[in-house]
Amino acid sequence: MRASSLMLLTSAVLIAACGGKAPPEEPAPEPTPAPAPAPAPAPVDDSAERERLERERMAREAAERAKALTAEMATMINFEFDKADIRQNDQGTLDRKAAILVANPNVKLRISGHADERGSDEYNLALANRRAAAAKRYLESKGVDGGRMEVVSYGEERPLNPGSDEDAYAQNRRDEFEVTAGGDNLVAPQ
Amino acid sequence: MKRLCVPLVLLLAAGPLSAQDTTQFREGVRVGVDYVPGTRPGLVVLPGPGLDSVRAMVRRDLDYSDRFEMIQVDDAPPGGAGTGPVNYGIYKTLGAQLAVELVEAASGVTARLHDLTASKVRNQQTVGLPGGTDPGYRLQVHQLADEITRWASGTPGVAATRFLFVSGGRVYEVDSDGSNLLPLTPDGVTALSPTWSPDGQRFAYTKLEGGRGGALVQALAGGAPQVAPGPASGLNITPVFAPDGRTLAYAHSDESGTDIYTANVADRCCAQRLTVGRYADNLSPTFSPDGRRIAFVSTRAGPPQIYVMAADGTDQELLAPFDYGATGPSNAPEWSPDGANVVFHRDVSRSPQLFLVDVAGRRVRQLTSAGRNEDPTWAPDGRHIAFISDRSGRRQIWIIDMETGRVRQLQTPGAARLPSWSRRLGRTAVVPNP
Repeated sequence: MRASSLMLLTSAVLIAACGGKAPPEEPAPEPTPAPAPAPAPAPVDDSAERERLERERMAREAAERAKALTAEMATMINFEFDKADIRQNDQGTLDRKAAILVANPNVKLRISGHADERGSDEYNLALANRRAAAAKRYLESKGVDGGRMEVVSYGEERPLNPGSDEDAYAQNRRDEFEVTAGGDNLVAPQ
Repeated sequence: MKRLCVPLVLLLAAGPLSAQDTTQFREGVRVGVDYVPGTRPGLVVLPGPGLDSVRAMVRRDLDYSDRFEMIQVDDAPPGGAGTGPVNYGIYKTLGAQLAVELVEAASGVTARLHDLTASKVRNQQTVGLPGGTDPGYRLQVHQLADEITRWASGTPGVAATRFLFVSGGRVYEVDSDGSNLLPLTPDGVTALSPTWSPDGQRFAYTKLEGGRGGALVQALAGGAPQVAPGPASGLNITPVFAPDGRTLAYAHSDESGTDIYTANVADRCCAQRLTVGRYADNLSPTFSPDGRRIAFVSTRAGPPQIYVMAADGTDQELLAPFDYGATGPSNAPEWSPDGANVVFHRDVSRSPQLFLVDVAGRRVRQLTSAGRNEDPTWAPDGRHIAFISDRSGRRQIWIIDMETGRVRQLQTPGAARLPSWSRRLGRTAVVPNP
């Protein structure tokens, strides 16, 4: 089983290298795709079967890339205590989101702001709202149409980490990003 | 000399002084509560036949008024009570100046306040009481206790009041003595910031759903909640009724910040924006008792602090002075019933503590110092403040008497947040129907 899978993989790579079909537009993503649980025996010289495998491989790679893009879109950003300023080391995260949003004009995004439990319960709703709005404004400044992004606030009502220590607080002071439309088959930015 | 020292130390260590929450000095201002023991009249609730539950409730209500030194007598001393005239001498020797006598009347109870010093009945009233299982029974006993407090001290008590608070995302109602706990909003919906209408018949709160929320007005008698007029998108938080009971102020959050609006919830119209934050937050409005001014929280200078404006949004200015960069965030203001003070919480070493600012002089005074103490709400007598504290472990409602510094817990089954103390509830108050 293991040997046949390896052969299958090897032949697929060879086919891709020979350029029989349209090559992928960019280098394959870093993680090697997991071997497909193909129960079929090693292929003989059968072009229909090769095409089928090729389609499967490309679909797999596309899914991997889309998964990576989806994960990039969902990456949270965090905030200092009682602050709604985008931190310098979160700007890269937002820049990557902006690039994906520009490359996928049908994607809509919901940005939800969150606060840790320390501040006033009610003020935290306003603070978390400001955090979500700050991310939206940053993405707008990078060319994303504001109409594609909605801003919501949960205050301290939905902690990511239920603890009451600095680590938990730091995790809970965050913006979450949820793709609400157009999230299937994300295209990578050029 | 040595002989004198011993009782002096005992005097300092014992007594109501130990009930003080704080005696710290801060920024040259004496904070905390100064209380001179022995200025409250001694009061005894006379034992007698029957009416055990009424007597127990009245005794506790009078105790919770914090206006009397309660003198405990478990059984009637010989000749002390029961049938026949009250033996004033016996109770005077126990330190009482006032005695409350409760006797069964035709369909209720007769209450008498005896002035032991003058050896006469000072006040007397007979009130009808429904049966002990009637949902209005406890409220009426509390009202009688408040009336006895008025006879004895000149100011009615606050026993016939209730609290709204949030626990586990639901709004609950509970009597001032912890009885009649009742959920008012459904399970599974996050509700925040409940607040009473002046007539005690309705409440307003924020319903948080999917990161958005409306300010809702709900009748305690039931029925569908009414959505406060105003911006429909975003989040409408921290609602509060104006003293006219027709105007609701609240804060609206959207991506341009958080600003205070008022709207007419009687005619369901006329939403009006009072602040223009431009990415700052303005929230937590609270009306002065005359309805002419609104204190509120604003981040216009950085961290949240307490400001004040006219009820139409003009004349906005700082109310509670702070040192920029040094003073902690300040939140949750509530204007006192007499109009003289605004209570709020301010972070000290990242832990919220209760503070007062007097509206005329703008002097700030710290009331608490240990643990977390937040979200204060005034009793209608203007001398008690309820707040949330974690001093017992989890967050619970605590009540502090500003005159004596005495603090008591109002126990609720779960962790409690965001309490709101009602005004005195009249006989028409909606009675919980468990």
